[in-house]
Amino acid sequence: MIKKTPLYNLHIQHGAKMVEFAGYQMPIQYKSGIIQEHKFTRENAGIFDVSHMGQLFITGSDQLTDDLEKIFPVNLKNLKINQSKYSFLMNEQGGIYDDLIITKLKDGYLIILNAACKKQDFEIIKKKLDYKYELNLDESLSLIAIQGPKAKDVLGKVVSNITNLKFMNGGEFEYDNLNIYITRSGYTGEDGFEISLENKNVEKFVDQLINYGAKLIGLGARDTLRLEAGLCLYGNDLDEKTSPIEANLKWAIPKSRVDSDYPGSNIIKKQIDDGVKTLRVGIKPETRVIARGNTKIFDQNDKEIGKVTSGTFGPSVECSIAMGYVENNYSPTNTKIFLEVRGKKVPANVCDLPFYKKNYVKGEKNV
Amino acid sequence: MSEVKFSKEHEWITLEGEVATIGITKHATEMLGDIVFAELPEKGKNVEKDGTAGVVESTKAASDVYTPISGEVVDVNQSIVDDPAKINEDPEGAAWFFKLKVKDLSELDTLMNKEEYEKFAKETSS
Repeated sequence: MIKKTPLYNLHIQHGAKMVEFAGYQMPIQYKSGIIQEHKFTRENAGIFDVSHMGQLFITGSDQLTDDLEKIFPVNLKNLKINQSKYSFLMNEQGGIYDDLIITKLKDGYLIILNAACKKQDFEIIKKKLDYKYELNLDESLSLIAIQGPKAKDVLGKVVSNITNLKFMNGGEFEYDNLNIYITRSGYTGEDGFEISLENKNVEKFVDQLINYGAKLIGLGARDTLRLEAGLCLYGNDLDEKTSPIEANLKWAIPKSRVDSDYPGSNIIKKQIDDGVKTLRVGIKPETRVIARGNTKIFDQNDKEIGKVTSGTFGPSVECSIAMGYVENNYSPTNTKIFLEVRGKKVPANVCDLPFYKKNYVKGEKNV
Repeated sequence: MSEVKFSKEHEWITLEGEVATIGITKHATEMLGDIVFAELPEKGKNVEKDGTAGVVESTKAASDVYTPISGEVVDVNQSIVDDPAKINEDPEGAAWFFKLKVKDLSELDTLMNKEEYEKFAKETSS
């Protein structure tokens, strides 16, 4: 049975083309199309229904912090209440089961999980915590993202006092006499917020955001926005066979945790010390040709050196862009590589990420 | 100019003398979404009916463009390669794809007229 989010009817009303994604009927685009939706988000404020993602609440105190640090390579003891970190659920080989955002709450933690991974994550985390804590993968809550330079103005008209939030921080706010939870975060390379609120209130809430000038944006533009911002999509750019070090996400593992114990920690430490064989890089084809996932990468001597994991046309950078994994000695910026698309070798260059950069509201590094 | 004919692969074709002009239909562009890349056959190349004669890519996916009839490519529309967005703007006019010197005029008889195509497009997209 394919699930619907509480905004299903609103998506249809706004002319969404619906597709199945991770077991949910989700909007891939609305009437104006992916490029217009993408540009609108970069210039105004785009609303994303991300209610398919998992909102996992774990209740507990100091012992829970200790136990979660045995699962996630992140420093939770130093985390302030309402502060968020990007991290990974990993296997013993250092591969990634999921990438996630973990936020410290007054009475525990909130972990935002990818839709396709959330059920498996729940079981893994529950087992690793030895069934000692109450875990709630809360299906009664929706999750809405509002992203773009005008996100703070639009959201500010519906919810008071949000402009003081710093990037990767959250808090409880009042909406219509209800408590809702908002973090300043996102997946587009823009300033923005993610709002968790009860399913029964979400349609009215989103309608108000639309009335103040924001527009619904589909998964199609979400993908072009995140790729321009150099952000990984789990299942494409990250998987159970890829480590955070290979994925060039070493920054997300704090130095203080490198020598401590978590799943795959021995392998990660070895990779940090000795280097890795393959590394995720940004790729710019020299023509408009789009190199999609699984495109083979070659060097100038026709030696196969890796593959593309995500590729599209970047509406803001106005060129073909991709990410992929190459053998480490080909990872320096400006290395010439070749992408095999429909039997032809297309010249391309390794480039720095992100493809598109904007200044963030003061706070932490973007994820 | 002859009546416009249509293929099941959503190409349109018009004939002037023995030269046919071929492009993709508005219905095709609506299904594809924003087109961001186009690749056309080389001039002088002989293409076979229902064979691949180009590629269009939207932000979502790549699709082959087929030729509805056989012939020799005598001209291609470079302007849609340089600015693929034109294909969404005017698919059945300025954004034609390529011109063929037709090999066998009778191949045109296998194609649909406008009314038949509209019915076909409606049935296959629902």
